[in-house]
Amino acid sequence: MLRFTLQRLLTGIPTLLVLVAGAFFLMRAAPGGPFDRERDLPPEIEANLRRAYHLDEPLLQQFLHYLGNLLRGDFGPSLQYRDFSVSELIRAGFPVSLHIGALAMLLALLIGVAAGTWAALRQNSAGDHVVMAAAMTGISIPNFVMAPLLVLLVAVGLGWLPAGGYGGGAWRHLVLPVTTLALPQVAYLARLSRASMIEVLASPFIRTARAQGLGLGTILLRHALRPALLPVVSYLGPATAAVITGSVVIEQIFGLPGIGRFFITGALNRDYTLVMGVVVFYGVLILLCNFLVDLVYGFLDPRTRQPG
Amino acid sequence: MSTPLLEVTGLAVRFDTRDGPVHAVRGLDLSLAAGETLGVVGESGSGKSQAVLALLGLLAANGRASGRALFEGQDLLALDEAALNRVRGSRIGMVFQDPMTSLNPCLSIGTQMGLVLAAHRGLGRRAASREAAAMLDAVGIPDPARRLRQYPHELSGGMRQRVMIASVLLCRPALLIADEPTTALDVTVQAQILALMRELRERFGTAIMLITHDLSVVAGLADRIMVMRRGECREQGSAGEVFHAPRDPYTRALLAAVPRLDGPLPVPPAVVPSQAGPLLRARGLQVGFPVRTAGFGRRRVLGAVAGVDLELGPGEVLGVVGESGCGKSTLGRALLQLVPVSAGTVSFLGRELTRLPRARLAPLRRDLQVVFQDPLASLDPRMTVRDIVAEPLETFEPAQGAAGHTRRVAVMLERVGLDPVHMNRYPHQFSGGQCQRVAIARALITRPKLVVCDEAVSALDVSVRAQILGLLLDLRQKLGLSLLFIGHDLAVIRQLSQRVMVMYLGRVMEVAPAVELFTTPRHPYTRALLAAAPVPDPAVERGRVRTGLPGEVPSPLSPPAGCVFRTRCPHAIPACAAAVPALSRHGGAEVACIRVDAIQAENTVNSAN
Repeated sequence: MLRFTLQRLLTGIPTLLVLVAGAFFLMRAAPGGPFDRERDLPPEIEANLRRAYHLDEPLLQQFLHYLGNLLRGDFGPSLQYRDFSVSELIRAGFPVSLHIGALAMLLALLIGVAAGTWAALRQNSAGDHVVMAAAMTGISIPNFVMAPLLVLLVAVGLGWLPAGGYGGGAWRHLVLPVTTLALPQVAYLARLSRASMIEVLASPFIRTARAQGLGLGTILLRHALRPALLPVVSYLGPATAAVITGSVVIEQIFGLPGIGRFFITGALNRDYTLVMGVVVFYGVLILLCNFLVDLVYGFLDPRTRQPG
Repeated sequence: MSTPLLEVTGLAVRFDTRDGPVHAVRGLDLSLAAGETLGVVGESGSGKSQAVLALLGLLAANGRASGRALFEGQDLLALDEAALNRVRGSRIGMVFQDPMTSLNPCLSIGTQMGLVLAAHRGLGRRAASREAAAMLDAVGIPDPARRLRQYPHELSGGMRQRVMIASVLLCRPALLIADEPTTALDVTVQAQILALMRELRERFGTAIMLITHDLSVVAGLADRIMVMRRGECREQGSAGEVFHAPRDPYTRALLAAVPRLDGPLPVPPAVVPSQAGPLLRARGLQVGFPVRTAGFGRRRVLGAVAGVDLELGPGEVLGVVGESGCGKSTLGRALLQLVPVSAGTVSFLGRELTRLPRARLAPLRRDLQVVFQDPLASLDPRMTVRDIVAEPLETFEPAQGAAGHTRRVAVMLERVGLDPVHMNRYPHQFSGGQCQRVAIARALITRPKLVVCDEAVSALDVSVRAQILGLLLDLRQKLGLSLLFIGHDLAVIRQLSQRVMVMYLGRVMEVAPAVELFTTPRHPYTRALLAAAPVPDPAVERGRVRTGLPGEVPSPLSPPAGCVFRTRCPHAIPACAAAVPALSRHGGAEVACIRVDAIQAENTVNSAN
């Protein structure tokens, strides 16, 4: 187990390195720089600024410099919010993003798997078709369309919920962003768990369980759920990534003070260090989530467990 | 006469499909007394499985059952799900064919057995695991407490079937239904499971319904036998009656089609005198597959074939027999250079094949053909039969042109017993036996010198199998083919082969002329195989003294040192572990055993007494 963990963590390093390099050079390839303003700064001042942030060095050297700092856990100072370091900004924004993201994932899992199982039990019935059609719609509507629609309907039209803001994490402020973020995942997970539940329910060991006179509840929960969850669990890694990218948009639309907002403003302002910091942070997060998924997978399916 | 335990009258099963209703079972009557064993025999499509699934309410969603099935005073077919659940698993237990897929791979053995005990006897965790352990012990599973924590994939096939039987017996059912319980198992393991069922029947007094396609399996176990065909009962009677005085023509045909180990040997066709040595010769042939075992980076080599010498004369049929994992299929593929050979040589008509580059090997392939086990899977579903059979011609005789090829295909199809009119059909439009005929036609169209038949008749029904065997024998004689006939069924091998090679864990145990091998088997493994194979004759089966092999074939990843068979051999002595025994000549046979003479002497003493 220890060996497996170590191995998994080690294989994450090259992935991260590629990610960092890709983001770094892409960012630099974009036209403009962090100190471009409508009114040009005097050239001496800009040169001084550039020197202070090592932006005058050759690109490769800058990259190595950045990597060196990264190894010490230093994301560097933000080029835009000059009084804060990138780490401080992430520390401030992450709890908000985590709160919304985790709630969205939880919601997606519960509703998605339940709806998928429900549909699987009524394969090809009207109810099944309705659920699957709804899921297809959920997948095909992008969240930047869904968000304003929900705001218009629920917040502006009906006036039930606030249209934006975090409100210190009050539930009224969370409902819309979490729903928007979760919807495509609910839909995808419903389709996924329906398909895998149908397959599992048709397998010989379910027939054995029925021949043993077990009730439907026992068969579903004790026999079918675990194997049916396997494809669902392996999708959770990509789902985390989808929720994270989704949150970047959602936070902007609902005006939530999460990391996603920093990412967008950072990218627009060519705040190199801030964008890099968010990319690396989320990269590590996604790798960790995928690692967790592998662990859960091993728990669910004893055949993949590593001995010793 | 007391009321029967189960009385079925007018059972019919219908499936509503897109192409209209399919009647799987039509008006079946049967009755079973408490403690009685009924063998239900039939070929695929006979409705034997659907009939029992209907009794337990386990039909597929589009299936409908009608009729009456009185069991302990209730009509099973009229019960709702809840009432049925009180009978299933409690009063009637069912064991299915494939113990791998019939157990939940994600739950430990203990959990699966515990769920049954909780549902029917309301036992808590601790009491359930005590009961389960006791039952595992009763079905001959050593160290039951540890097994309860294990998962199905950690157990061997035979163990899994024991677990299945144990979980069915937990609630002491009055009736045990076993649907092909030994079909997925090796012959020595099959003998163990059949012995176990006999023993449990004595001990618990359970009535058994044993469903099988294999008449030999029911011969030793069933009191009464029912023969089914196309959803109807063709004949029902005591085992003795059905086997010795069958009234129904279908039963007679079925019995005649079963190859018997104890019947008269088919007259071995004369071997064409060899002109220039053997057709095919292998020396020290080894095939290893690198496998990644659990953990990381530790690559090991699985020695599928570990040093095999072999010779095959022109026109000769060599049977290769052994249990799963013995390397017989790999051997066949290695001889044809279909898998890379790790060491040793293969020569065909004196030409060394193993080091031959691909381009030089290709022209030789027209003389080296193969027929595989699964007829449907080995034919391209998107090609017509004409194109499938003509494909080798397009490779080797392109000059003939399409019209010429079609003519050749028509002749060949006729030869293998298919109507050439159907040559534009696709494989799925044919039955399994017909597909195998197509595969044989494809193999023979280039007039090869050697055909490797890898379990070529194993997937076929008994009567179809007999036809295909007849066809192969006939073609061999007419065309002067050499056959390497690979199989696990001794009785089938015996019908066809002039010489037989017995393999175990990648090594040859014994090679002998067929007559000699079946009359005086010398290697302890050959003897065990022959002893384990059931005979389709109740009188013989019941009179047999059973000395089954213990355990199962060890993992080929870590074969025992020295003689690979010694861990299961009743005659093993410490010296057997010292070295791999070489083949040595005894009479007409070559045997790899250092104890041959001692065993022979022992036997003469025993039979003299």
